[in-house]
Amino acid sequence: MYDAGKIITGLLVFLVLVTTPVWFNAATHAQARAPQLKLPEGVTACVEPTAEMRASHMDLLNEWRNAAVRSDERFFTMPDGKVYEKSLSLTCLKCHDNKEEFCDRCHNYLAVSPYCWDCHVEPKGGRS
Amino acid sequence: MTVDRRGFFKLAGLGALGLAGARSLPVLGNPAPAPSLPGPGPDGGVRWGMVVDLRACLNDEGCRDCIVACDHAHNIPQLPDRKHEVKWIWKDPYEEVFPMQTHEYLEDALHGHPALVFCNHCDNPPCVRVCPTQATWKREDGIVMMDWHRCIGCRYCVAACPYGSRSFNWVDPRSYIETIDPEFPTRTRGVVEKCNFCDERLARNQQPACVSACPHGALTFGNLADPTSTVRLLLKSRYSIRRKPALGTHPEVFYLV
Repeated sequence: MYDAGKIITGLLVFLVLVTTPVWFNAATHAQARAPQLKLPEGVTACVEPTAEMRASHMDLLNEWRNAAVRSDERFFTMPDGKVYEKSLSLTCLKCHDNKEEFCDRCHNYLAVSPYCWDCHVEPKGGRS
Repeated sequence: MTVDRRGFFKLAGLGALGLAGARSLPVLGNPAPAPSLPGPGPDGGVRWGMVVDLRACLNDEGCRDCIVACDHAHNIPQLPDRKHEVKWIWKDPYEEVFPMQTHEYLEDALHGHPALVFCNHCDNPPCVRVCPTQATWKREDGIVMMDWHRCIGCRYCVAACPYGSRSFNWVDPRSYIETIDPEFPTRTRGVVEKCNFCDERLARNQQPACVSACPHGALTFGNLADPTSTVRLLLKSRYSIRRKPALGTHPEVFYLV
């Protein structure tokens, strides 16, 4: 190989430069900032435990959608006897009334763009 | 075993026939669902239907209360371009609504006067048969429902409906809705929509929005499967017609004339 010294040195410099952010973060112990969600006030529990909701709220919404629209099963009873309607607009958004500071923050962080809002109307709290 | 040219063709022909036969078998085994005729339903079944009193409606020709109520309840856009119009409930001249039940000497009270029209929620709905995604289907209680999540906008149903009851969203409807009711979704561009007999209100034991809004009692909604229901008693006591009955769609919207 001609100019092996120059090429290898160049490659090494390139590698160091490209991985700089990794070294920098490792040195400063920086961590990715999780999105700060604004939780509804005065409400302590959702229809499922937080971890469950965080991981699979989209599955729950899909189930609700199919049950309500296709099977006309619109209501469900919680173990404590409370009756809820299977509805994004009428149940979820009644508590989570700020889409921008709840739904959007996480969805933007993860770069997902659900199309719920093409049709379902976001509550006024989410509009500036 | 040796097969000569003649024998080979005979065998090949038989084989081809056998294949064709086997292919057609599933078709014979699963015929398209036969049109179910409206029955009396003594088992307490539910079959929603509507009776429109044409005369009562004509007493106040300019009245649009039911249309306005429906527009508000379902976030229906008011598009200026008539080609893009979205309609759930509207009025058309009698002759256009009942082309099979009219003639040139029709009585003055009906001739050219508006009749209220909306989805007939047919017992044998042609729109359902052509929908490739089952985005529209007939519920047990007879409502021809739409699942807008599933609609791919192919417009087969628009072509299939002989009553023009279905509208396609050619443009994004959001900006053409005066006041959006957040309790009901809007639709999006590329989706077909139509009257849903207010299934969202029925689920809460409420009458459809148009029925509640009518100040003249011209609309009666009820269970056709119950022989003692108001709709059945009305149909028993007065002469009624349906739209384009010869098409065999069996509309469940009846007009008292």
